[in-house]
Amino acid sequence: MEEERHTEAKIGAETGRGSSPRGPGCSLRHFACEQNLLSRPDGSASFLQGDTSVLAGVYGPAEVKVSKEIFNKATLEVILRPKIGLPGVAEKNRERLIRNTCEAVVLGTLHPRTSITVVLQVVSDAGSLLACCLNAACMALVDAGVPMRALFCGVTCALDSDGTLVLDPTSKREKEARAVLTFALDNVERKLLMSSTKGLFSDAELQQCLAAAQAASQHVFRFYRESLQRRYSKS
Amino acid sequence: MAAGFKTVEPLEYYRRFLKENCRPDGRELGEFRTTTVNIGSISTADGSALVKLGNTTVICGVKAEFAAPPTDAPDKGYVVPNVDLPPLCSSRFRSGPPGEEAQVASQFIADVIENSQIIQKEDLCISPGKLAWVLYCDLICLDYDGNILDACTFALLAALKNVQLPEVTINGETALAEVNLKKKSYLNIRTHPVATSFAVFDDTLLIVDPTGEEEHLATGTLTIVMDEEGKLCCLHKPGGSGLTGAKLQDCMSRAVTRHKEVKKLMDEVIKSIKPK
Repeated sequence: MEEERHTEAKIGAETGRGSSPRGPGCSLRHFACEQNLLSRPDGSASFLQGDTSVLAGVYGPAEVKVSKEIFNKATLEVILRPKIGLPGVAEKNRERLIRNTCEAVVLGTLHPRTSITVVLQVVSDAGSLLACCLNAACMALVDAGVPMRALFCGVTCALDSDGTLVLDPTSKREKEARAVLTFALDNVERKLLMSSTKGLFSDAELQQCLAAAQAASQHVFRFYRESLQRRYSKS
Repeated sequence: MAAGFKTVEPLEYYRRFLKENCRPDGRELGEFRTTTVNIGSISTADGSALVKLGNTTVICGVKAEFAAPPTDAPDKGYVVPNVDLPPLCSSRFRSGPPGEEAQVASQFIADVIENSQIIQKEDLCISPGKLAWVLYCDLICLDYDGNILDACTFALLAALKNVQLPEVTINGETALAEVNLKKKSYLNIRTHPVATSFAVFDDTLLIVDPTGEEEHLATGTLTIVMDEEGKLCCLHKPGGSGLTGAKLQDCMSRAVTRHKEVKKLMDEVIKSIKPK
């Protein structure tokens, strides 16, 4: 039993639609995920998207402070630590976004008066950070065995000044883009759970990005399924 | 009897109203509360505005001060927003460092300013590399009854329209700034971003302009910030129940109508200010 718990499920990388140089339009960067790599948290995961890497740990369901307890469901807490410096207002904003997304999918009513804490540490940031955090959080929640009604994934779209859509942009592309949109989608009906945008864009462009993000999320969810299948079907 | 039912089962009480397509305060699902705005009430600030959305009251004061421009952008000034939710406005806030809600609201306002380019930061520069204006925008909530983001955005816009900056010249000999308080000019406001907030109920129903109780019972919220050309500055959906693309479209059209209403109100108020 002990060995099984400590076995790392090191999953090989799965590429999005096309491995190396990205063509115009839609292809995601090379992504990889490792689960159960930390021994203290109940669940942990490390998610890599290109050069962006985030480490997530989940503690829960655990004891909650009386001041924070909710009588009929679990209290979810998210802590996001940047790579350098102290957490500031931008981190608090991202924590709120990730927390509300998790609250929408986690079945909190099964564990009332408990707390579920998700701790995220940014290991390297090379663009699409919020999406990578969301993916890492989801994988860590699965690893911890927290009951959820759906899985979720994060996808980032960048719009250039001439209107071209790029999925999963690098930080250089994000800086040059006119607008950067990050969406969180669930895997049951591909509905929009969370959205955070930067820059100016029109209504039609929003619908276009949303459609592209929904198509890209298929790849991410397929990757989740394959990596979990490989982990649990050990012969 | 109704009051007892409301305390014990607030969600069921609310659902009864929603079935009839209205809300406890008599509004329709797509109706906003009465919006009132008062500009220029704080004489010690360079620009100010007070906005009331039903019971939610937010006051914005703008102060202009001098600062050295940032080294990586020597021809730009600064706009620094800060949203404060004091214990005065609601029993859920305690005194002390800003809580999460205040920080998120401050970040939201900073994003709206940045994304909508409401002020060209180059306009705030007096002498490149040496002197620039910094506008401190302080938004204080006096009464919290839901939909704080809409009220803050409107208050900020109205206050910025009211700001008058004195003329500053750099004296060639002493290299000091000379301020001419008698000659003041308004800021060049390029766009008018207007926020529209929705609350999601039971994963399906969308209601506009939620009150404090409605926000508490809702399963999700959505805020859209639009400018006059129909371009979106911000689509803020912090988690909550999922939405389909079609529902988003309905929200967009509501946001467009709201923008027209707010713009009309703003223009009326600006016109009614008597010149000093």
